[in-house]
Amino acid sequence: MTPVRFSHFTASSCLGCGLDATLAALRAQRGGLAPCGFEGADDLATYVGEVPALDAVALPTELAEYECRNNRLALLGLQQDGFSGAVAAASARYGRGRVGVLLGTSTAGMLQAELAYARRDPDTGALPDDFIYRTTHNTYSVAAFIRDYFHLEGPAMVVSTACSSSAKVFASAARLLAAGVIDAALVGGVDSLCLTTLYGFNSLELLSPAPCRPFAADRQGLSIGEAAAFVLLERPVDSLDAAAVLLLGTGESSDAYHMSSPHPDGLGAQLAMSAALRSAGLQAADIDYINLHGTATPSNDAAEGKAVAALFGNRTPASSVKGATGHTLGAAGALEAVISALALQYAFLPGGVNTPNPDPNIPIHYLTANRTLAPRRVMTNSFGFGGTNCSLVLGRAG
Amino acid sequence: MASPTTCKLNAWIDGIGLLGPGLDQWASARPLLAGAADYAPQPVVVPPPMALPPPERRRVGLAAKVALTVAQEAIAAAQVDARTLASVFSSSGADGDNCDAICRVLASADRHISPTRFHNSVHNAAAGYWGIASGAMTPATALCAYDGSFGAGLLEALTQMAVDGVGTLLVTYEAPYPEPLHAKRPHPAAFGLALVLMPQPGPRSLAALQVQLTQAPCDRLANANLEALRLQIPAARGLPLLQVLARGRAERVVLEYLDPLNLAVDVLPCR
Repeated sequence: MTPVRFSHFTASSCLGCGLDATLAALRAQRGGLAPCGFEGADDLATYVGEVPALDAVALPTELAEYECRNNRLALLGLQQDGFSGAVAAASARYGRGRVGVLLGTSTAGMLQAELAYARRDPDTGALPDDFIYRTTHNTYSVAAFIRDYFHLEGPAMVVSTACSSSAKVFASAARLLAAGVIDAALVGGVDSLCLTTLYGFNSLELLSPAPCRPFAADRQGLSIGEAAAFVLLERPVDSLDAAAVLLLGTGESSDAYHMSSPHPDGLGAQLAMSAALRSAGLQAADIDYINLHGTATPSNDAAEGKAVAALFGNRTPASSVKGATGHTLGAAGALEAVISALALQYAFLPGGVNTPNPDPNIPIHYLTANRTLAPRRVMTNSFGFGGTNCSLVLGRAG
Repeated sequence: MASPTTCKLNAWIDGIGLLGPGLDQWASARPLLAGAADYAPQPVVVPPPMALPPPERRRVGLAAKVALTVAQEAIAAAQVDARTLASVFSSSGADGDNCDAICRVLASADRHISPTRFHNSVHNAAAGYWGIASGAMTPATALCAYDGSFGAGLLEALTQMAVDGVGTLLVTYEAPYPEPLHAKRPHPAAFGLALVLMPQPGPRSLAALQVQLTQAPCDRLANANLEALRLQIPAARGLPLLQVLARGRAERVVLEYLDPLNLAVDVLPCR
């Protein structure tokens, strides 16, 4: 593919709001998971990665109909690292109709519907008048909110493929740029805590009772987190700074196997990783670090481990950041693309948090501590329910 | 800098799948859409998804069944191996029954959701079931753009073809929400529309399409019942394109996307 430039990026998660807080936590190998005290779900014996102070975020008055936790998280994320200014500048530079909005989310403002059902009219069963479906519950609501917030008039959509959602938006945006339909894309992922995912993963017995331990021999399941991560994608300019980050390749595939279990040999994951390498014109040996999907469920990590071992052997350093951030579901692809970009720019490989003893049955090079090494090219993996897989290859310009 | 009016995306339509009230398969719906026969809305009958293994067949919801039905019709018409096509699934609401059931449980004293309910709640459930039914390990995506979901799906499929050069199955579908959500989002009926889109013309090609973004107003359907469907169901925003294909004439049609953008489609029949 034709490389695409990360011209601006930002991330907010339980590690903190913005890149400085995220980088500081990664460098200190400090996680943000805490016992679940999420309103309405405090009976679950699990840990969550909650973004603090979300209740204090206020949407602009003219966008009040978008009021919900997910859009508050989106706004909080957009306000970090000068990202909003960068989007406004791109809109002025290219025109409102030439900036696309492509976001990943799994549940959008589902929490708003959950809360509305608890307030149904006792006589008629009707939902309360203040529940607005289009701007909160509908899967597209987060993209509609952001498109309206920036007064953009270009193509927009939400990719909602569970936990690969906000990785796949990079591939879709790169195609829109390559086809000449747009000149810039606001891509990213926003997913917020809600009861559907907490009780849903609980029903599958996939919630870890302790902070999750990706790729550990004694891993017990995942910890759910929430995040907003955004990247402004543009075509490369002639004089790129050496530290500029480029999207070099994208690979997508399907397991065609099961709705909620990965292919046991990670065949779909292998297809996505090989396709990403092919798209970047690279070999496995060219990748200096793999940011693993690494949810910490026994079967997911085993399948991904097999796929990585088949393509990369045990040479390439790899880790999952979900021990620190939790699994941010539809936001994970974008959050981890941003973390991979930080690794490229700040010359370090993030070690996996909470995993002192990697599973000896998974023959990959799992990093348990940070390593000072300047990677030139990294791969980041995102796999989801329904057997949907996406791998991205990022690299430094110089 | 390319302007929105100069960037054109090309495709050939090799297969169509259609299911909706009074619209059962492309071959029988074609004269209705062309205006050669009277359209009358009828209850939608969704066949069981026999391509799925029995366990999945038991678990799959109505919305995904609609998606699979039209996908299979389009694939059969195109006489193409589904495992060679990328796929784009686009829906505003996906599985409304399942969403209602989960919300009811979460608002009750016992918040235990069944695992099947949970995995059917993902917006890409139809894409996942399609992968299991077809065996396609190719890229599959699941999109939502509220009322612009048909346009978003078409644009995604066309750029995928333009850039990656692969044939793409586009499936747009909707199922009604039960009450109380129905009052907030009143989709009147199940509806599915699938297109097999190819980057080159072939022996099965029905028409060539050239698509570009436009700010021109979208076309409406002359038949009041069909126009009501178009307005009430996001996937039915694609019906004006099928109407042009049904007439078999070279024509431009403008499909609704996202305000202020629409999609202008120049249709050139192949036969």
